[in-house]
Amino acid sequence: MQGLGISVLFKGINFQRLLLGLWVTLRIALITIGISLVLGLIFGLLMMSRSKIARAVCRVWLEIVRFMPQLVLLYIVYFGFARLFGVNLDGETSAVIVFSFWGTAEMGDLFRGALTSIPKHQRESAAALGLTKAQINRYILLPQTARRLLPQAINLSTRIIKTTALVKMINVTEVLKVGQQIIGQFYREPSAAFWVYATVFLLYFLICWPISLLAGRLEKYWGVS
Amino acid sequence: MDWSFVSAHVSDFIGGAWVTLRFGLYGVLCSLVLGLLCCLARYFRVPVLKSIAHGYIELARNTPLLVQLFFLYAGLPRVGIRLSAEACAVIGLTFLGGAYMAEGFRSGLESVDKSQREAGECLGLTRWQNIRYVLLPQALATAAPALFANVIFLIKETSMFSVLAMMDLMNVADTLRTSGGRTIEVLFMLVVAYLALLLPVSLIATFTERRLRYAGFGNQRSV
Amino acid sequence: MNPILSVKNIQKSFDGTGVLKGVSLDIHEGEVVVVIGPSGCGKSTLLRCINGLERINGGEIWLRDQRISDQEKNMHLVRQKIGMVFQSYDLFPHMKVMDNLLLGPTKALKRPADEVKAEAMEMLKRVGLAEKADALPRTLSGGQKQRVALVRAMLMHPELLLLDEITAALDPEMVSEVLNVVIDLAEQGMTMAIVTHEMRFAEAVADRVLFMEQGVIVEEGAPAEFFREPRTERARQFLQSFTYASTRKNAR
Repeated sequence: MQGLGISVLFKGINFQRLLLGLWVTLRIALITIGISLVLGLIFGLLMMSRSKIARAVCRVWLEIVRFMPQLVLLYIVYFGFARLFGVNLDGETSAVIVFSFWGTAEMGDLFRGALTSIPKHQRESAAALGLTKAQINRYILLPQTARRLLPQAINLSTRIIKTTALVKMINVTEVLKVGQQIIGQFYREPSAAFWVYATVFLLYFLICWPISLLAGRLEKYWGVS
Repeated sequence: MDWSFVSAHVSDFIGGAWVTLRFGLYGVLCSLVLGLLCCLARYFRVPVLKSIAHGYIELARNTPLLVQLFFLYAGLPRVGIRLSAEACAVIGLTFLGGAYMAEGFRSGLESVDKSQREAGECLGLTRWQNIRYVLLPQALATAAPALFANVIFLIKETSMFSVLAMMDLMNVADTLRTSGGRTIEVLFMLVVAYLALLLPVSLIATFTERRLRYAGFGNQRSV
Repeated sequence: MNPILSVKNIQKSFDGTGVLKGVSLDIHEGEVVVVIGPSGCGKSTLLRCINGLERINGGEIWLRDQRISDQEKNMHLVRQKIGMVFQSYDLFPHMKVMDNLLLGPTKALKRPADEVKAEAMEMLKRVGLAEKADALPRTLSGGQKQRVALVRAMLMHPELLLLDEITAALDPEMVSEVLNVVIDLAEQGMTMAIVTHEMRFAEAVADRVLFMEQGVIVEEGAPAEFFREPRTERARQFLQSFTYASTRKNAR
């Protein structure tokens, strides 16, 4: 019956199935965010290191993730690695590798940006007070860096969550795929597709929006942008 | 690497690159217009419109393009709204890009000192004259890096047009990969194609930003 | 004679704090009124309210026979008749000096560019900046920028010119080159309302001095009397703050 497609969502365990599908992408996103945070800090320090080679490697790495669509990177790892190195990675592992490769570079760049944006005279006036280098780092630089970095890092996290929708393209059964399965089963309900996709849309929004709001609040609260 | 395969399919990739570039640029242009309108609605606190713009920006920035495209292409027809793949592509990219461009413009306008706006008002300029001659030229100079980053971002996002059955770079590559089994060659060409598309954009961006900085727009208020 | 500007009992508050608590003021044609007072007394806010940069919470402002305090849509038409210069000059950094000068007359007043250009050149010459017509603002000194800002405001042929601490951001040696231009304008009969911290200048240029404190006009009078013999204790204290109470006795 036209217009009652929405009821498909609540037939049987359909809604739970969608949520389980969503959890698949969220799980990938959470692992990616964790890895990116840790490796990103190292990446950021390397970008500022004295070694020219380290800086060049970071630069190239960053340019690659800026230039290549994440989907292309996913294809390279998921389809390409099997051919090149004979390793068959499943979709989820490939996704974590690719998104961490991307997230690390972006997080590192944010970290570097936050650290270098602190005015030089902050360090100088702290030194003029007679603080040691460790004290300057601990009391002056670290808190200010964290305040600049955290809102941006949170924003990056929502980008990572949104990007995980792409894993559908490498055959991971995530929320979109589950949605399509449901639509397939209920092909007699023509408007089912509308409601299922609208629901997926809304689910993503409900996850990402509060996180974005939090980032905006923090940014305003700490008075930096 | 099978170079004969590569050379045999160069024209396929050029065709795909053309689709990617063309629809990417349509999307970028529409995004710029939509983004500017949304930004101005919020900057001037136009009643109703500013709330719509705000809601739209939040919605578009917090949902994946892939999901937006599925909704447009596979969801809407089921309630009687049928759009061609091309229309979905441009609408989807504009929906996403408009929000990002609006944020880019906003950061630019916010960087222009408030007293510049007042100085324009004191000369008796209308809102639009003030925007056109005083605020926007300065805002664009500071917003340029963010706007160009968005352009590159949006062209990259076109890789998802393959779900609309459009023969963009991604879909050309996918078709060749599944039919020929030459995965490495196909992926190689895919990477080269995106580099060829985006490197010039990046160079134009760097060049323009440098020019704007030389012109000394914005952010200097020496006393 | 009717005044050009008539401010009637205006009130203005920011976040509940009263900044102007009932200020009334008439300015007649050709008159130069100088407003002085301690920081935060509301003198800058008064000018900003006159020009509609701030909306008043009560009272009325009249420009000749037109009530301008409730104009929302046509404020830009009102502003074409009221010029204003700020302490931060606010030249448009992306335009050459001449383009800064042409913008208002050609866009807001729709006057032909070549006609305005000749006039602008004439006025630049008068303030000693003719050779800077094609310079970008950032290449000018503070004093030069402020003179350009004055010319920019004057080219609109305003009926009234508001000057808000226009020398506050200048290095001391540049103050007089700007204030001389203002005195020149006063002698040509320009009607002005001036907020300043330069007491000697105030005395030299004013027809009438207003002393404001805590959002009200405490005293007003002719400059000669006001500066020599203020009637109120608060004005006396304020004027005294410009002299140093003591000097070092054991200076070497």
